[in-house]
Amino acid sequence: MRYVFDTAIIVENVSKRYLIGHQSVEYEVYTTLRDVIAREARNFGRKAADFVRGRQIVQGDKIEEFWALKDINFEVKRGEVIGIVGRNGAGKSTLLKILSSITEPTTGRVRISGRVASLLEVGTGFHPELTGRENIYLNGAILGMTKTEVNRKFDEIVAFASVDRFLDTPVKRYSNGMAVRLGFAVAAHLEPEILVVDEVLAVGDAEFQKKCLGKMHSVATNENRTVLFVSHNLQAVQSLCDRAILLSDGRMVMQGATQPVVARYLGVGQYLAQGQSRLGQKVWSPDAAPGNSDFRLTAVRVLSPNGEPSGTLGTDGEVYVEFDFLVRRANTGLCVGFDLADAKGITLFRTYQTDLPQERWPPVKMGHNSWRCTIPKGFLNGGEFVVNPRIGIHNIFWLVHEDAVLRFQMVLNHGVSPLWNSLTAESRPGLVAPIFDWKSVEH
Amino acid sequence: MIMRAWGHFTGLDRARMIQESTIEPGSTKRYYWLDLWRYRELFRVLAWRDVSVRYKQTVIGFGWALVRPFLTMLVLTVVFGKIAGLPSEGAAPYALMVIAGILPWTFFSTSLSDASNSLVSNTNLITKVYFPRLIIPTAAVVVSFVDFLISFGIALVLMAWYQFLPSWQMLFLPLFLAIAFLASLGPALWVTMLNVKYRDFRYVIPFLVQFGLYVSPVGFSSKVIHEQWRLLYSINPMVGVIDGFRWCMLGGQSQIYLPALWLSLAVTAFFLWFGIRRFKTMERNIADLI
Repeated sequence: MRYVFDTAIIVENVSKRYLIGHQSVEYEVYTTLRDVIAREARNFGRKAADFVRGRQIVQGDKIEEFWALKDINFEVKRGEVIGIVGRNGAGKSTLLKILSSITEPTTGRVRISGRVASLLEVGTGFHPELTGRENIYLNGAILGMTKTEVNRKFDEIVAFASVDRFLDTPVKRYSNGMAVRLGFAVAAHLEPEILVVDEVLAVGDAEFQKKCLGKMHSVATNENRTVLFVSHNLQAVQSLCDRAILLSDGRMVMQGATQPVVARYLGVGQYLAQGQSRLGQKVWSPDAAPGNSDFRLTAVRVLSPNGEPSGTLGTDGEVYVEFDFLVRRANTGLCVGFDLADAKGITLFRTYQTDLPQERWPPVKMGHNSWRCTIPKGFLNGGEFVVNPRIGIHNIFWLVHEDAVLRFQMVLNHGVSPLWNSLTAESRPGLVAPIFDWKSVEH
Repeated sequence: MIMRAWGHFTGLDRARMIQESTIEPGSTKRYYWLDLWRYRELFRVLAWRDVSVRYKQTVIGFGWALVRPFLTMLVLTVVFGKIAGLPSEGAAPYALMVIAGILPWTFFSTSLSDASNSLVSNTNLITKVYFPRLIIPTAAVVVSFVDFLISFGIALVLMAWYQFLPSWQMLFLPLFLAIAFLASLGPALWVTMLNVKYRDFRYVIPFLVQFGLYVSPVGFSSKVIHEQWRLLYSINPMVGVIDGFRWCMLGGQSQIYLPALWLSLAVTAFFLWFGIRRFKTMERNIADLI
């Protein structure tokens, strides 16, 4: 009887599996019509068989199981505000979809006591042909409000979104920002017992985001309201949530007080994924390592300020990029360096140890070497970056010239001004986000 | 804390106030139909959305609901009544007999095709919010119903034109309309789910609808069908519905062939049962497939 009143949500061993298809590589190089027809016929046969058995059709000829969530267990007390953090693809959104009954788990069970409203997107179901006024009622009904509830809050919603002049204009004539404001305004006036929110603060301009955050604060502090909150905006999570849950590759890595969980998320590296490159390090076995018989690159790492390999780092600390390599025959022309590129492949910069004055070059030892390059704090922007090693003998040939051997994620959090803090943005425009000096000049 | 605050409520009150639910693989909602009732507001709003969006940015707006059946009636009357010279029912004017077939047929066919596409065209809702999915295809039918009411004006005008007075049978019209609704809903529920999983089905329905116009007794009377095939012909549930409409609207001029009606009803009931059953089992995974 007790848990009925004290616990809002119990998640027990919840897992979720998806089937994904791949096109196997050997078929991609097919050139003859005969082969293409043979392959298509095979695919058709498989699809037809799936259809007859009433199964899902998966494109491609190799089908793989993918566990978006695996053995998730946690409880949420009534009135608690819980943050869920994790990288993209960690399973956060899948978890929210299960909690809001949009999709069912493959195994496990969730028990919920209370009315759930989910807010996975701002302005869900807005119809472009309908006016702002009509869309408020439509969106309200979709989110589970009754007509009288919407009527009661109508003026508040309009005021919050500041769209009063455009109430009778079709939403298709709205600017993006206006539509988003209207969507959030409706959602913000929901009053369910349990609210599930996904990443909705990442919309609108800075001023509106501040307003949204304030509203979320007042929603969350209502003591009978249970809130589950997913965000990449760690400062928002820290300021709103009592507790947090860290997901990585569909597993729950940690739960507890918000501060340590966020800290672990930022410095997690080694605890995280199983995939080598996800750890914030890439290690090669000596025989598979790139290079030649004189030189082998054995590892590349991205380290957080405390020296741990990490896949996600804050911009408020230094980023160390480390190269491990074996030298069997020394060459005075050895240049070790890398290109840092963003997720779209645009290079931010290239750096070599030989950029320094010669007396400061690290010494090349026979055997194992470990060199570290420091990217200063407060320089990179938020977002994903890749390390492209560029190692060679000066002006002769490349030893290692590979792209994207390592990916890492930066979280923009080095703002020091009240007008620039990461409450308002995940990243700024531009590839880097340094803070420069400003002063007034007398002429 | 909360326990104490709620101390003065009876156990029954508490059970009502806190809604308990369990999410498990393979579990249909325990209160499936109650859940549907709870979301009636959303049904109303979605139906209203579909109706009010239907003729936005069109010049004649709801006029389309008049023009289309009227032109179809004209063509069918000329082709079947004049050129082919098929008989009408009793002494009823051919045009009137045709419109009594077109109205239920248009209602049926637009319901079927709108409802069949409804889930796929509401993907954004389905992947972002929970509600009983049954609401979407049924709300789509409301649009066809509104069109039907408007088109019914043509029948009234025609009756006035031919100075044809309907009799008491007219009172049974809503009954046959309800059958037409159920006859379209059953297959639509099934097809709309199949459409989510296998997009092939969006090509099947327009074809069926086009085909059905000639297979169902829309442009001609079902009396034209030879007696020995009549019962077999009535496997098409729209045969019973259209016959029923004619019986209602043409008063004493049209006789109803009861075995055919019962067969049509049975087929309708079967498809409805089958459609709802398939819908309920497939509904749980819909957000992953759509």
